[in-house]
Amino acid sequence: MTPEIPHLPSYEDPALDAAFEALHGEVATRSARITTLEERETFRLDWLGRKQGRLKLIGDAWLKAAPAEARRALGLRFNQLKQAVDAALERKVPDGSASRSVASAVPKASLDLSLPGLVRRPGTPHPLLETMHAMVKVFGDLGYSVNLGPQVETDFYNFEALNFPPNHPARDTQDTLLLANQSGKAARDRLLMRTHTSPVQIRTMVANDPPLRIVIPGKVHRNDAADATHSPIFHQIEGLAVGPEITFSDLKGTLDHAMKAMFGADVRTRFFPSFFPFTEPSADVQISCIFCGGAGCRKCKHSGWIELLGCGMVDPAVFAAVTDERRRQGRDPEVYDPRRVSGFAFGMGVERIAMIRHGVADIGQFYSGDLRFLEQFG
Amino acid sequence: MKILTAWLRAILPTISVSDRQLADDLTLRGIAVEGVHDLGVSPSGEMNGHLFEMDITTNRVDAMNHRGIAREIATMYALELPALEPVLPAVREAGAASAARPFSVRIDPEAEALCGRFTARVLRGVTVRPSSGEVKTFFELLGQKQISNAVDASNFTLLGMGHPTHAFDLDRIEGGIVVRLARRGEVLKLLDGTTRTLEADDLVVADEQKALGLAGVMGGWESMITPGTKNVLVEAAWFDPAAVRRSSRRHGLHTDASHRFERGADFNAAPLANDLVAELILRDGGTIDGTMVDLAVPAIEQRTAKRAAISLSVREVQRHLGTTVEDGKSEGRRGEDRTSENKKNESRQGEDRDVAGESALRSAVVEQYLTSLGCRMTAEGDGSYSVALPSWRLDLEREIDLIEEVARVFGYNRFANTLPMPLPVLRHPVEAQERAVRTRLLALGFTEAISSTFASAAEAALFAPEETSGSTGEGVALRHVAMENPLSAEATLLRPTMLPGMLAMLANNLNRDVREARLFEQGQVFLGTADDEGVGEVMETASLVLGVTSETTERTSLYSAEDAPIFELKGVIESLASLFTLAGGAESLRFSSEKVPAWMEAGRGGIALLHNRPLAVFGELSRTEQAARKLRQPVYLATIAISELLTLPLQVHTAREISRFQAVERDLSFLFPDTTKWHTIAATIEALALPELERLLPLEIFRDPKGKAIAVGQHSLLFRLVFHSATRTLTDSDLVEASRRVTEALTAMGGVQRMPGS
Ligand SMILES: [Zn+2]
Repeated sequence: MTPEIPHLPSYEDPALDAAFEALHGEVATRSARITTLEERETFRLDWLGRKQGRLKLIGDAWLKAAPAEARRALGLRFNQLKQAVDAALERKVPDGSASRSVASAVPKASLDLSLPGLVRRPGTPHPLLETMHAMVKVFGDLGYSVNLGPQVETDFYNFEALNFPPNHPARDTQDTLLLANQSGKAARDRLLMRTHTSPVQIRTMVANDPPLRIVIPGKVHRNDAADATHSPIFHQIEGLAVGPEITFSDLKGTLDHAMKAMFGADVRTRFFPSFFPFTEPSADVQISCIFCGGAGCRKCKHSGWIELLGCGMVDPAVFAAVTDERRRQGRDPEVYDPRRVSGFAFGMGVERIAMIRHGVADIGQFYSGDLRFLEQFG
Repeated sequence: MKILTAWLRAILPTISVSDRQLADDLTLRGIAVEGVHDLGVSPSGEMNGHLFEMDITTNRVDAMNHRGIAREIATMYALELPALEPVLPAVREAGAASAARPFSVRIDPEAEALCGRFTARVLRGVTVRPSSGEVKTFFELLGQKQISNAVDASNFTLLGMGHPTHAFDLDRIEGGIVVRLARRGEVLKLLDGTTRTLEADDLVVADEQKALGLAGVMGGWESMITPGTKNVLVEAAWFDPAAVRRSSRRHGLHTDASHRFERGADFNAAPLANDLVAELILRDGGTIDGTMVDLAVPAIEQRTAKRAAISLSVREVQRHLGTTVEDGKSEGRRGEDRTSENKKNESRQGEDRDVAGESALRSAVVEQYLTSLGCRMTAEGDGSYSVALPSWRLDLEREIDLIEEVARVFGYNRFANTLPMPLPVLRHPVEAQERAVRTRLLALGFTEAISSTFASAAEAALFAPEETSGSTGEGVALRHVAMENPLSAEATLLRPTMLPGMLAMLANNLNRDVREARLFEQGQVFLGTADDEGVGEVMETASLVLGVTSETTERTSLYSAEDAPIFELKGVIESLASLFTLAGGAESLRFSSEKVPAWMEAGRGGIALLHNRPLAVFGELSRTEQAARKLRQPVYLATIAISELLTLPLQVHTAREISRFQAVERDLSFLFPDTTKWHTIAATIEALALPELERLLPLEIFRDPKGKAIAVGQHSLLFRLVFHSATRTLTDSDLVEASRRVTEALTAMGGVQRMPGS
């Protein structure tokens, strides 16, 4: 097809209007005949083709001859014409059967934006593990490397090396889940479900020389009856720092920083003397209530404080057990001499923190797989 | 334990803070006041003060009484704790015979290891009547039951200074006192009215004829004080903690006395306690007959009251405790948080100064705290001390125990917040891999879950039968691992697979009308090596389980609605494998429908093999199991030996150049018998090695159950060939040739080409 360039009698506005009205009419007529993708493509090339397109040819011809003062009026009208062609190209190509006029005139009111958005739902991360990862990240930022250990432990790593006396109530079957058929073994080798993540402290020190900064997330078990705040299965995060000059004030500063990173810069910490077999001095740590800021509310039982973790300086008896075990395994035993190194350790229950963070009332929901519960955290 | 502030103030009149302040200060020093109750005003108009509900840790038995708490207060506020000085009337001189023949007490040689000290004093002509004075006042405020002056004196002494004592009716004692082991089967009626049959290792306080009381636990019925009692024997002793614990447990008697003795009583307190009880009883009349008998077993005294002094260095105190907010004068300028490194630099600069002089924990402070707690400090120069330990603090044994006391008394919250030097972080070997798997599963729409670590024997047998457990590298068979004290009958084993936990969670959801569930759990599964002795070692292996149940899956052009979840699981497995660098590439992962496990519905799933080793098992739970568990819709499970993948490096993708020429597509449709699988068709086409064939993908599979459009046993397959050249625009003739070769090859294997629209 040889494109035809219409005659333009003058560059006065009325003449321009008439000429462009004719072109607009042509666009409308031809675009209305489009029924297939192929036809649409022909239409596109006809009007917008880079070399032989009508817009290009007409534009070239008319603009070349135009006086300078008419160029602006001409350009404006060419733009409007191009928009008309574009609009015609964006119209949906109707099915062969459908009426052409319907396809080009979908009433705007039919889009009901108040309908819910259409979304491909991703899965929801578990609130407990999210809390655990968040805590691990806080300590990662402080220079702590992650270490993990087995859930089935020996009495040695879980109790003996952590300075639990032989008759300590925690070692009782009332508190600890034991594996069957262990009576033939030496007491230190008997297997049990670890009751805390602390044995990984020992494993790490036996295998690595100081200095150390480790954070230990993990699943632990106790022979506890389940209720709203207790579960026989739960998770802990433990931390350990050992080096030549680790002090109690370092422990305080570390946990104060970690609690601020976790719960907000306004959070304050408070340390109380406590007792754990494997630390001395030992402390319980409270944070100012994250709900009331310390004024007192139902969540903090009107005390303004929430008890969150236990900690302390590594007991020299623990270093002694590590030293013995290193000697037994043929590693340099001297490096954990308590006269040369000191350390601190801390531990916290992930469930408790997650329950506080998310306002969960029943610990059992964490292990139910109930999507009505889990999907709230997505 | 209950403490009266009025009693504390009677012991320590110089306390200047309010009761509430006192409670807070004690709590921050580890003497926890759990509750503070206002006791109001007495009838005579005096303030009754407060009652403190205490929670004292078991290692601080010395603080489980008013004087013990008063000592803590005196130390905390640097007050002088007045000495306990009971005033007793002179010993009656008339009984010259008594003086010559003191009351007979002996500790049986067999019992010497269990009774370290025994004091006894005879009081004659006493008047048994209700208590009066401060005993009456304080007991009423405490809500403590009052019995009689003689019995109350013993309780008052216990609550006042912590040492248990006992008062006997002297006239019921036949001959002298013997501390001995019980005879097996010996019968003793106790103060609570119960009669106990004793064992040979129960320690008793007896007379020449019979047992009078269970030592350190409870006195006997026969010799108890009654309103008619005229003469009294006061006992104050020291019994072995383990012996008392044994008898207390055996007979189910947890008494105030046993509580103290079990935790280690004060060896030196016995005579003082005896004096205090005597003093109180004698206020209502009576005289002392003879001197107090005081037998001590030297070996026990040696390891309690006379145990060796320990050395303490103030430098060690500072090395462990670090910086206090009151240290130095530069604190304010530097801000609160200082690293150890800063501290080190400071001490280096000031090496010639006395380090102890900088810290708020100076020698003088350490000395004052420990002295006030009852230690005797002997300076040995250079900030070192030899510390003789108080007889009531058996919990103090090592230098670190003293350092803890210093920190405690100083107040934990007066220490600064410093930070240690950070160390470079080392990534845990599988941390990144686990995170990649988790992130991918979440993106694929699976929600993370956590289930029980345990399984029942029946579930384990169905989902992970022992015969399929395999063996260790040394060829030892792997078995299920049983619990000695399982949490419940459903938790007798450590889970050998996570499938039962996942199934339980899916069932939970279905039972709660949640009919659309996609869950995953990453965790450990357990198998053990068993030998003659029982379980040898336990292998913990990382595992991954997926669960899908859905009522909304729709048929697509390729999959039926019922098959779609199986292909979804297959897709997840492929997607996870694609995260890792597989030796041999994607080809090393293949799928098979042979040897599927018993829990799976036949023909409704398969296994994934990586390098011909099982990587995953996935499919629909058998209809039998579904019905047995009353599940309202099919559930689909996958268990993935994710440990096989986690050790592999994550895939690092290399970009390939994308052709600037357009790709062209050609769709073809064929009829095939159902016995011809896609895998075979694809392999046939790939074998043609068509130049520039970039992709081959199935688009639609169609079967006609009525056999009209397509015969039963046949299906039509629409697939697409995508050609793409890096060097040129492909022409029609290129495609014509390729289509011809594909058609020829597929026809040769039994396919019948269908024309578009046919
Ligand atoms: Zn609050």
